[in-house]
Amino acid sequence: MKNLLILGGGTAGTMMANRLQKFLKPNDWSTTVVDRDPNHYYQPGFLFVPFGIYRPEDVHKPKSDFLQGDINFIVDGIAEIQPKDNCVLLDSGTVLGYDLLIVATGARIAPEETPGLLGPLWKKDIFDFYTFEGSVALRKKLEQWQGGKLVINLAETIIKCPVAPLEFAFLADAYFRDRGIREKVEIVYVTPLSGAFTKPKATQLLGKLMEDKGIRVVPDFYLMEVDNETRELVSYDGKRESFDLLVSIPVNKGDEVIERSGLGDEDGLNFVPTDKRTLQSRKHSNVFVIGDATNLPASKAGSVAHFESEILTENILSYLAGQSLDAHFDGHSNCFIETGHGKAALIDFNYDTEPLPGKFPWPVIGPMGLLKVNRANHWGKLAFRWVYWHMLLTGKHLPVSTNMSMAGKEVEVSV
Amino acid sequence: METIVTAVELQTNPEGYLVNYKEWTQEWAREVASTYQLELTSKHWQVLEWLRAKHAEGVALTIRKVGASGITDIKEFYQLFPGGPLKISSKIAGIPKPVSCI
Repeated sequence: MKNLLILGGGTAGTMMANRLQKFLKPNDWSTTVVDRDPNHYYQPGFLFVPFGIYRPEDVHKPKSDFLQGDINFIVDGIAEIQPKDNCVLLDSGTVLGYDLLIVATGARIAPEETPGLLGPLWKKDIFDFYTFEGSVALRKKLEQWQGGKLVINLAETIIKCPVAPLEFAFLADAYFRDRGIREKVEIVYVTPLSGAFTKPKATQLLGKLMEDKGIRVVPDFYLMEVDNETRELVSYDGKRESFDLLVSIPVNKGDEVIERSGLGDEDGLNFVPTDKRTLQSRKHSNVFVIGDATNLPASKAGSVAHFESEILTENILSYLAGQSLDAHFDGHSNCFIETGHGKAALIDFNYDTEPLPGKFPWPVIGPMGLLKVNRANHWGKLAFRWVYWHMLLTGKHLPVSTNMSMAGKEVEVSV
Repeated sequence: METIVTAVELQTNPEGYLVNYKEWTQEWAREVASTYQLELTSKHWQVLEWLRAKHAEGVALTIRKVGASGITDIKEFYQLFPGGPLKISSKIAGIPKPVSCI
């Protein structure tokens, strides 16, 4: 009996366990998933919790509900990965050997990387919405907040779901309008990049959204520290931006077990060096990496993990058959961008192609529109929660191609 | 006869970033640096070479990563390329502008 061990039972780990179950013979292979948390969080829902659109109980379910067949599920922390000995140590002292390892340990916010972020104002006037606890705490704060200067700050550029901070700004605008206090709220978007939008076509088609919604953008601001006394963000080049309420997107890092095991990239952010096409570890041939845990130059998002899972399934089956890894991931990513008041935009892109306008998923018919703000996209986003729980995690086929398709996309834009 | 490669001859995008990073030359880098009133020191060149090597490996770059490169720290990186260090150094290094997914 051989052992397939999957570290992390989030979106990527769950999909891989379920997909490989269909191909690995139960008499030959035993599959085990390890995760410290028994709950599976629908992370895209964290965006909606602060605004009362989703209730906290809408965004989590037991992980065990989504692991099919004979998959073993162990709730335990992972102490260390020892790839030379093909084994993993758990916090409880258990040692798990493996023949094939999939690292799907994800990414997490690391507010401790920025001096002052976890100071006296943390969870009083400084919040995150990338954790369940953070989004629930922010919901309570927003309910009683009567206005002032709301600052949304990205501490770093490599973050999970890079469009979520934009969506937060748009939804905050709509939320305060609905409450009738928009004129009492100043919304400022502080980013280390050159603007809220950075890709040419997206800037051309969506760039005015911030201005239209009265959101001020502060570009090229790379956060060094948070001054709790003066309630200011301070950049490395000495710029300052004050806030009454700060919604922070802290530096993102891979799981600490990656650091403890010496498996991370040399930049110290704990992401695992991974072949960007095959998803095999750069260091160990029987170790594969998927989702937010990789150092791939792709977005850290569930849709990316989904497309990767199809490629990785094929490559793992090739690896086990002693064949070359011929399935290549192209960096395909696809995501909705909520813009408030029941509308959304949609983007679809890969390593080489920027988001382009057009129709999705079918040319001409759509029904969703790429780089367009409309109601169909919003309904797509809301419907996606059902798709996520019932189709995506269980590894069912979705009507979206694994590698990005140019069908339906308009290369030349006239506006 | 020598062909002198100037910035004008290399294809750039509308923001002045080199379309093909393999066409980059040191001469071109000096010309672009001069538009930012920068004279390139050996430290500048070390950073530029590191950026180019990482780009060739397919690494997504950030200011924090440059700070962890062992060549410079973030504060010095700002002094080397004032204003927007990663976007300016990327342009001089002939690699794409740092962007988000949208």
